[in-house]
Amino acid sequence: MTTEATSSPAPQTPVPGAVSAREKKNRRQDSGGVRGWFGRQNPWVRAGLMVLFAVLAFLLPYVGEIPLIGPQIVTQGIDWPSALFNMSYYVLLALGLNVVVGFAGLLDLGYVGFFAVGAYTVALLSSPDSVLRTEWGWTAAVPIGLAVAMLSGLVLGYPTLRLRGDYLAIVTLGFAEIIRIVATSTETLRGDRGFSDIPHPPGEFADGKPIFGVADAVPYYWLGLAVIILVILGVRNLDNSRVGRSWLAIREDQEAAEIMGVRTIKYKLWAFAIGAFIGGLGGVMFAGQQGFMNSQTFVLQFSILVLAGVVMGGSGNIAGAILGGALISYIPDRLRGIQDPIWHTDLFGFRFAIFGAVIIVIMIFRPQGLIPSRRRAMELKDREKEVAPIE
Amino acid sequence: MNFSGLIQDFGPLTITGLAQGAIIALFALGYTLVYGVLRLINFAHSEVFLLGSYACLIVWGFFGLDQNSATPSTLSVIGLLLLGLVAAIVISGITALGVELVAYRPLRKRNAPPLAFLITAIGASLFISETVGVMTQRNIKGVPPLIQPRDVFVIGNMHVTNLQILIIVLALMSMFLLDRFINRSRLGRGIRAVAQNPDSAALMGVNKGRVISLVFLLGGLMAGIAAVMYDLKIGVTRFDAGFLLGIEAFTAAVLGGIGNLRGALLGGLLLGLLQNYAASLFGTEWLHAASFVLLVLILLVRPTGLLGESLGRARA
Repeated sequence: MTTEATSSPAPQTPVPGAVSAREKKNRRQDSGGVRGWFGRQNPWVRAGLMVLFAVLAFLLPYVGEIPLIGPQIVTQGIDWPSALFNMSYYVLLALGLNVVVGFAGLLDLGYVGFFAVGAYTVALLSSPDSVLRTEWGWTAAVPIGLAVAMLSGLVLGYPTLRLRGDYLAIVTLGFAEIIRIVATSTETLRGDRGFSDIPHPPGEFADGKPIFGVADAVPYYWLGLAVIILVILGVRNLDNSRVGRSWLAIREDQEAAEIMGVRTIKYKLWAFAIGAFIGGLGGVMFAGQQGFMNSQTFVLQFSILVLAGVVMGGSGNIAGAILGGALISYIPDRLRGIQDPIWHTDLFGFRFAIFGAVIIVIMIFRPQGLIPSRRRAMELKDREKEVAPIE
Repeated sequence: MNFSGLIQDFGPLTITGLAQGAIIALFALGYTLVYGVLRLINFAHSEVFLLGSYACLIVWGFFGLDQNSATPSTLSVIGLLLLGLVAAIVISGITALGVELVAYRPLRKRNAPPLAFLITAIGASLFISETVGVMTQRNIKGVPPLIQPRDVFVIGNMHVTNLQILIIVLALMSMFLLDRFINRSRLGRGIRAVAQNPDSAALMGVNKGRVISLVFLLGGLMAGIAAVMYDLKIGVTRFDAGFLLGIEAFTAAVLGGIGNLRGALLGGLLLGLLQNYAASLFGTEWLHAASFVLLVLILLVRPTGLLGESLGRARA
């Protein structure tokens, strides 16, 4: 992080000159509710609450033990720790995409591409099926996987970030499709046959059993959670730094930002590379838990789902991205194993249809997302006032 | 790299490419129209197409036709084709209007940020295609062989079939009519006005809400025609047919300059041709990859597509 970050007085400082008197007043008025209360506490109380949240998150695998409420929460058709692990990598992806879409305002429809790059690099380096025959351990393959994912973000970003919003969307979508096509049709990446026996993360209990086995997904979930917490800390600091302020400026008005001396291409590349890095992180975690993957894993619908999660949760807000990411994984998993009353089939088949309807309803009633960033919520209020009376 | 194959089959590849491009171009019009007026990617347009492709099959099913029936007599084929077209157009049009009403209008009333529209459109798209998927058990559905492909004329090794001629002529005709409608009629002038400047248009007495509905409807009509053509050409449809072809259609729209009607035509035809050439050159599996690479290259040189993006300035 740059030194300006640590010396800046208020963490939420936006672009210089952007805070008008009205906005300040709004902010004060806006401080009702849970978040306002949270903001008024002293830093120690806030930190304590954060730690409490983290501890509670680590205890989530045992939520089923709580009488009455617990059984309603846990999934039925898939074991609860596995569902939690699924949630953890979706949350990771949502956090990464939130940097690209929420912070920097770049519409990326092919985010799954970076996830795939990370996962495939690990598979290539570690699976016995790979042509490389290196058969590295998971831990050794991870840094390479992350580096390659980040590099792919830079390589994709450098020529395309000059494009305007919607064009960027189609180019990123094309990137993800190309990755999938390459994975399907080249011999090296093994198409549908995929890679099996990708090693799990290392580590043993005292009795010699591996911590990261096949049966129990709880350790994977905890690993995922630990990674998520690190990512949250990193992303939050970035957002409060010079980089974050540049992203904000680019998102609000690219031309104005450029005139004020923000090097737009540089900071867009930053956003893309960091997004790609976090996406790759999701990919390496996924590869390490599943042990198997093929080209069917990385369909385009996946990126669109994550994007829906980010915007639904509240784009530009870390808490929102976490909630959105968790929901897009939890809702379909929760529907698994439930019989519908009419046809008596598994509701899992309807999961995306139901999910689609849920997205529409949420967005209509909360177009700013479930937990919007404060700034976005205010912008929306302003926009609503600006609605042209003539329709 | 199979250059000799490409040169040898250049004629046949061109004609199949044109037929495929015509379908993509018709489909792409829906994206371009909505984008031109609202500056939004109408993600749910693929499902407008999807329901059209099922609607004509259902109508043909009423007459006891499925993929195993024999080809009916010429007169009844014409009747059935017209009926199928009408059904697809009606259902696609209604779907497009429905999507606008459910997924777009409530957000527009609240002046929501553009990203919110994209997400509701994704929601609508997921909802429709997955519902169709559940109802059809995710199986493919065959199309009755209404038109047996027959060579009409042959140039060298280029066999031009009746189906290809039908597709290309019908596509060009509907696009010509649409172009006339947008550029000559009173309603079309309204569309162009809103595309240029929504607020001024509203002040000049253009009913913005109605123009937006009209734009969705027009896109739906074109997608309906494209859907029937697709059914006849491919011979099967599936719950995700709309999504897959939709990506191509959107690429075509961007390629030609999104928001530009003639750009959609150019982009569609170009994409159809290129895909066929690339498939022969590198193998079928690289077909889509080639179109995206072309798209990136063109956008790097011409960031607003081949013909630029201007529904409003189409004929200002």
